[in-house]
Amino acid sequence: MANVIDGVKYTKEHEWIKIEGDVAVEGITDYAQSELSDIVMVELPSIGRKAKAGDAIGTIEAVKAVTDIYAGLGGEIIEVNGNVASDPALVNKDPYGEGWLYKLKIEDAKEVENLLSPEQYKELIEKK
Amino acid sequence: MVPRKTPFYDKHVENKGKIVEFADFLMPVQFEGIIPEHNTVRNSVGVFDVSHMGEVEIRGKDRTKFVNYLTTNDAAKLASNQIQYTTMLYPDAGIVDDLLVYNLADRMLLVVNAANTEKDYMWIVENKKYDVEIENTSNKIGQLAIQGPKAEFVMQKLFDFELVTLEYYRTTETNMKGIPVLLSRTGYTGEDGFELYLDKKYAADVWDMVFSAGKEFGIKPIGLGARDTLRFEMRYCLYGNDIDKTTNPLEAGLGWVVKLDKEEFIGKESLLTIKQRGIQRKLVGLEALSKGIPRQHQEILAGDEKVGFVTSGTFAPSLKKGISMGYVSLVHAKVGNKLKVMSKEPIEVEIIKGPFYKHGSHR
Repeated sequence: MANVIDGVKYTKEHEWIKIEGDVAVEGITDYAQSELSDIVMVELPSIGRKAKAGDAIGTIEAVKAVTDIYAGLGGEIIEVNGNVASDPALVNKDPYGEGWLYKLKIEDAKEVENLLSPEQYKELIEKK
Repeated sequence: MVPRKTPFYDKHVENKGKIVEFADFLMPVQFEGIIPEHNTVRNSVGVFDVSHMGEVEIRGKDRTKFVNYLTTNDAAKLASNQIQYTTMLYPDAGIVDDLLVYNLADRMLLVVNAANTEKDYMWIVENKKYDVEIENTSNKIGQLAIQGPKAEFVMQKLFDFELVTLEYYRTTETNMKGIPVLLSRTGYTGEDGFELYLDKKYAADVWDMVFSAGKEFGIKPIGLGARDTLRFEMRYCLYGNDIDKTTNPLEAGLGWVVKLDKEEFIGKESLLTIKQRGIQRKLVGLEALSKGIPRQHQEILAGDEKVGFVTSGTFAPSLKKGISMGYVSLVHAKVGNKLKVMSKEPIEVEIIKGPFYKHGSHR
């Protein structure tokens, strides 16, 4: 069973979002990395890019599959994790830690209400 | 339809394999991960459950003649206990399947793709002629592939004769510590290795024997995911992706298993016409020069002109880059040609010669 951690929010697109003041740290969930399996390339958004919630802002390529990275919240990309660009397997190894993808300056804090709680996300993946 | 289990299913669960449905079978797609499993086979030795493959046995005095009528390669040239890669065609030269033919003492064994077993069996029965008997033995047989540069060391521990004497694409009906098996030096990985066919009632014993013999070499179970990346790096075709009923063996680069000078066989007339007219497109190997991995069904462009499409694409763990195969119109299909694959960002690719991976241990 995939690991769903507390203290972060989730999206239906299998991303996790950790709110730190007006900054959101985002990555993909353990469920997502396990479905994708061996991740070999991660294309991150460029810093300064403005995204709306739900925008495709990057790509994750696994051996057998490819998926977009979606912005969980609207805002401006202020930092990306260069380590996953050079070592994409970090996303498989530690999706909630060293495998984080990017940080975004939240534009509208109200959007946080649209995100899923750990319980809601657990329910979502259990239905699969 | 309820998916079937191979006789090794419990072993996959025991080894924590991630189980998926493939060709109506519950198969392990991976154990520890595609890349580590891929590397295990390239560097030491791994074991694949290939029991989902189909087996059709042809007996009777005219079996060679009949198999020669069904297939494109020349089955009459097979020595006893020799194996041949070949294709079976429809009259229009579209491919029914690609398969192995084993020339055994009392029968010919056709080993076909899992997803095609029923279709192939029906096709063979429909086209039956001469004095032959046809039997689909797929459900009785378990099959393992033991592959990798260390495969021979592992298997030598289980047989009384010198395995060095069993050459590539040769087979023998023998016994493994008392269990009757058909052993061949064949595989789908580019590495040295063996395939083992056995009565499914011996499956658990055979699995345990192979793994205990292989322990000192770090033997591991390998899933379908790595089976695909390994075959892909060797540029072996996969039926359903690179070849199917809409492709003919000449454009698929399988002309080497088409013997137009042999006696009558299904598809021969169409092939002669195609050959005379010339093929219009060719299955090529494409190596990515830029970032990105070409994927199945993406378009291939020369400049702005659409010249083909990708039939399979993957990340090559041994080369650490994207590789693909695709049909490209003949004028653009020259080795060294640079084309574009239309992914989200266009990927620059080059047509390469031979396999993607050139350092396999197979002989």
